[in-house]
Amino acid sequence: MPVLATTIDAGWYLVLAALIFTIGAAGLLTRRNVLVMFMCVELMLNAVNLTFVTFARELNDIRGQVIVFFILAVAAAEVAVGLAIIVAIFRRRRGATADDLDLLKDPTA
Amino acid sequence: MEYFIFFLAAALALAGALGVVLLRNPAHCALSLVVTLISVAIFFAQLGAALLVAMQIIVYAGAIVVLFLFVIMLLGVDRKESVEEPLKFQRPVALVLGVILFAEVVFLIGHQWATGASSSGTAHAIHGGGAGLGGNVERVARSLFTDFLWPFEITAALLVLAVVGAVVLARRSGESAETVEAGEAS
Repeated sequence: MPVLATTIDAGWYLVLAALIFTIGAAGLLTRRNVLVMFMCVELMLNAVNLTFVTFARELNDIRGQVIVFFILAVAAAEVAVGLAIIVAIFRRRRGATADDLDLLKDPTA
Repeated sequence: MEYFIFFLAAALALAGALGVVLLRNPAHCALSLVVTLISVAIFFAQLGAALLVAMQIIVYAGAIVVLFLFVIMLLGVDRKESVEEPLKFQRPVALVLGVILFAEVVFLIGHQWATGASSSGTAHAIHGGGAGLGGNVERVARSLFTDFLWPFEITAALLVLAVVGAVVLARRSGESAETVEAGEAS
């Protein structure tokens, strides 16, 4: 039984998820701090989760919610590995922005 | 009433998302992220996904954001980001691309709809579909441990690998150099 079953039209949820996804994508393109870029990826994942749960309600199919369960687990694994990489980079290069990762750039150019 | 809750949570979610993108201090960004995550949990509650509400709060707002804050404090990067941009026009171009992306997604929402038949009356239904299927938790659990058992086990392996990988990557580089030297000496 739904806890708070609503009759709100699914389109509202989908437009809201699209907005959150767009904000996350724009943030990923503009921010330089690697940690904040990571948070923007989490925003985009959450927008997709909201879309999944909305369509699960629309199609009356529990499998949409099960997929969100897997996305949560994969996001947790991704954050653990990603933050470990950021810590390792910070130890070597004393900075955690995308501009510090210019090892492949020709310094004379 | 439900529209009131929806628009309140929507305003909070958008404010939190904008805070993540616009605030300069990474610690403030992480706290804005919590606002958005809890608002998404409210939407899950409205959509009848009771188990996911608990998981969203525990895993995302609890574990993941605490991990972010922990790394921010550990590295001491909670200083403000420099405002000058090495790439010219990066922000306007990102804004334009974001608007285009949003227009595309809204166009798709208006013109296409997810295909697939409604599962009403089958074992996959969220509500209805015969007696004895139980509540939301029982239904998710039945689907997870029957149809999705193999992906579930793979996810368990993935989490173990992620833990091992995180430990290996975050190890101090000095230790690995020492073991290499010890290996060469022997």
